[in-house]
Amino acid sequence: MTDTTLTLDRNISQPIVVRERKSGQYWLWLLLAGAYLALPTFGNEYWLNAIVVPFLILSLAGIGLNILTGYAGQTSLGSGGFMAVGAFATYAFLLHLQLTFPIALFLGGLIAALVGFLFGLPSAKIKGFYLMVTSLAAQFFLEWLFLKVPWFYNYSSSATISAPRLDTFGINLNNSLGKYYLVLTVVAVLTWVALNLVRSQTGRNWMAVRDMDTAAAVAGIRINHSKILAFAISSFYLGVAGALWTFAYLGSAGVQSFGLSRSFQILFIIIIGGLGSISGCFIGAAFISLLPLALDVIAQTLFAGRVDAGLLQNIQKAIFGALIIWFLIKEPDGMARLISSWRSRLSIWPLRF
Amino acid sequence: MTLFLETLIGGLLAGTMYSLVAIGFVLIYKASGVFNFAQGSILLFSALLFVTLLEAGIPFALALIPTIAAIAIMAVLIEWWVLRPLTNRSAMTLFMATLGLSYVVEGVAQGAMGANVHALDIGIPDLPIFVGDLLISQFDLVAAITAIALVAILALIFDRTRIGISLRAVADDTRAALSVGINLNRIWQIVWTVAGITGLVAGLLWGARQGVQFSLSLVVLKALPVLIIGGFTSIFGAIIGGLIVGASENLAEAYIGPYIGGGITSWFAYFLALLFLFIRPTGIFGERTIQRV
Amino acid sequence: MTANSAGAGDQDAILRVRNISLSFQGIKAITDLSFNVRRREICALIGPNGAGKSSLLNVVNGVYTPDSGEIQYGNETFRRLKPLDAARRGIGRTFQNNALFKKMSVRDNIMTGLSRHSRTNFIEHALRLPRARREEADFTRRSESVLEFLDLRAHRHTPVGSLAYGVQKRVELGRALVSDPTLLLLDEPMAGMNAQEKAEMAAFIKDINQHLGITIVLIEHDVSVIMNLSDHVVVLDYGRKVGDGTPAEVRANPAVIAAYLGATH
Repeated sequence: MTDTTLTLDRNISQPIVVRERKSGQYWLWLLLAGAYLALPTFGNEYWLNAIVVPFLILSLAGIGLNILTGYAGQTSLGSGGFMAVGAFATYAFLLHLQLTFPIALFLGGLIAALVGFLFGLPSAKIKGFYLMVTSLAAQFFLEWLFLKVPWFYNYSSSATISAPRLDTFGINLNNSLGKYYLVLTVVAVLTWVALNLVRSQTGRNWMAVRDMDTAAAVAGIRINHSKILAFAISSFYLGVAGALWTFAYLGSAGVQSFGLSRSFQILFIIIIGGLGSISGCFIGAAFISLLPLALDVIAQTLFAGRVDAGLLQNIQKAIFGALIIWFLIKEPDGMARLISSWRSRLSIWPLRF
Repeated sequence: MTLFLETLIGGLLAGTMYSLVAIGFVLIYKASGVFNFAQGSILLFSALLFVTLLEAGIPFALALIPTIAAIAIMAVLIEWWVLRPLTNRSAMTLFMATLGLSYVVEGVAQGAMGANVHALDIGIPDLPIFVGDLLISQFDLVAAITAIALVAILALIFDRTRIGISLRAVADDTRAALSVGINLNRIWQIVWTVAGITGLVAGLLWGARQGVQFSLSLVVLKALPVLIIGGFTSIFGAIIGGLIVGASENLAEAYIGPYIGGGITSWFAYFLALLFLFIRPTGIFGERTIQRV
Repeated sequence: MTANSAGAGDQDAILRVRNISLSFQGIKAITDLSFNVRRREICALIGPNGAGKSSLLNVVNGVYTPDSGEIQYGNETFRRLKPLDAARRGIGRTFQNNALFKKMSVRDNIMTGLSRHSRTNFIEHALRLPRARREEADFTRRSESVLEFLDLRAHRHTPVGSLAYGVQKRVELGRALVSDPTLLLLDEPMAGMNAQEKAEMAAFIKDINQHLGITIVLIEHDVSVIMNLSDHVVVLDYGRKVGDGTPAEVRANPAVIAAYLGATH
């Protein structure tokens, strides 16, 4: 076989200098340093536990679903179910094998990946809405399983699970700062992994399958392998997020925490943040975490707390729904795109004068 | 044997309700290519509005008028604000938009009319009666008859009226329908209204049995496997699919349920649907596979 | 072997299409079609619209499964081939209505063509292990040289969906080319182009064939382009072969003139 590259090189008159856009990376490091050092110093405990930790975990779940839906193009409404698998599997590893938390978490993620792999198998034959219904089958079956089989919650009367202890190689993580650092570290590492994946041949294959699967096969991509891999990796992320949600955020949880409305929430995060964007997951999660707070504040100041909590919740629901529709119509690439176009407009703005 | 028959008949009758919800889906899917997840919320909204009017002292027949008017207005607004701006977008985008829509409708419905459970009496006693040896729910029987009547009316409308013919034209070939001057936007508005009315009927029947409350919107989740089994494009398929799902999940709950902890109706229909998918990917009566959305 | 297969050098054929028939719901698209493509030649498929040219390419790279007949590619004979297997064996392909990945950048589109050469797995990608980094650098270099070759470097980071049709055609050619194919199937590579763009594309194709030694089967309507570019012409009409030979032979063939050259031009 001829070496195409060598032969082609004869055409190249000057050496190729591929300048990649790396300016974003400095911001990332700065952000990370800020998250590790500044936030715990300046933020109070309430903020860390009630806002930042769930925000980070939801971002992680968003990355999981975005890998499957935003990158590989397979719509799923089963995110909640896979989060539950991660939570209950991690619990089993903690309880029965007495593993230290990070290892139990990792293995819990792997179990979720395995379940995701199994429910992803039909994707080789089924597409679109039909596949989405498969993901609903997963969601409902898993919910039922973790409610009806008491072994999963160690026969507790409340059908909930809570970590026996939360230590990492001897470091006690049972305080709010410890939980924060645990979540931050896991999310930072897995975000790095996700960025590597979507920028690699694996990620390009996913996007090719998403954009046009017949063409992907013709281009030499193993489409079924690609789809099923996306299911497994996506479920790994969701599983880890589910376990963190249970043990690092809620403390104890039952399968009710991972119902269909959780699946919708994760889907909304990636629609608002941006399908096919890792940074969008953080933006979407921040948005979905902060909007209720903002509404609360508005209601407090405008109506001095006279607004009924139930009503507020319904208003919030309607606003979320309207936003989803608005984004789908106006900015299908989500807030990530919106922000980057603002930024580029801002950067050329002084030049107009 | 009696138990088996009773379970089967009970399931079939319950299945007619699933069919009703699924028919609303099929109508919208045929006319506008939208997989309308908000069908359940629209059902909740209309049932809630109706029962609120009843509780305000408005008589039954009179309450229907503003309810149906509200459904029609909602259909027009949806067409303006959601469908029209999203014309020519992928089916999956439209589906996600209906997810958002379901949140809006639920939020507005419950925000405006409260989240309490409303009792609804539509004059059918919920007592079982004997038919021969078999104990059959009178309520289910009436519900099934209502459903059948509704389907018959729909069939008449689609066969005999101008609107029905235009709708079929749109479903057959949208571009050709446009070229002969059919107003697509108007068709969408009408179809969403009709689907909303089937939703209202289903909502009242379900609401009379278990109270008008949020969980009504979840019947949409029952309708999905019905659609997979019956096909997205066939009203007849939706009916048969509903019957199959109703009967089989009732039987499964009665005969398999006790061995594995019960409560399997939440997912049984989905697994049945999956089985069907592998055997016949377009449903029993479906016309074509939805390739790549 | 049918009587009118391409003249001499059959032992040198890289692709042998044998008695292929294809139908869609009872309508015949291709009927008992046979021809050979010799190694390193440019073979043009011509014929009126609906003659079955694109269908034939789809059979060769496995997008369609023929009702009967077989494809011999290299030393292997297939009754049924899948697109992926065709790609992995070095059959590259472009489509009439560009089948690109619209939301991906030009370079990412091209890099997908390298999938068959990937020897790293997702774990190596996820953790950016040295092998994955080396492969990524290598793939980037190979893609860049294709970008350079096809004069696409300026568009490197542009999403393909926002490019002009003619540029998209080049990107699709690039995606097929980067995979280092042995056989390239090009479905109307010059459709919708002006004279200058056509000349450029013809030069690219000639270059690919002569300097890289890649065998090319292409569909084209412009007769003057075909006569200049191709070594071998196969003429189809209503799914049957009506002519097969050098451009000069085909031009002189009365059946061909009646069926195609006379009718459309």
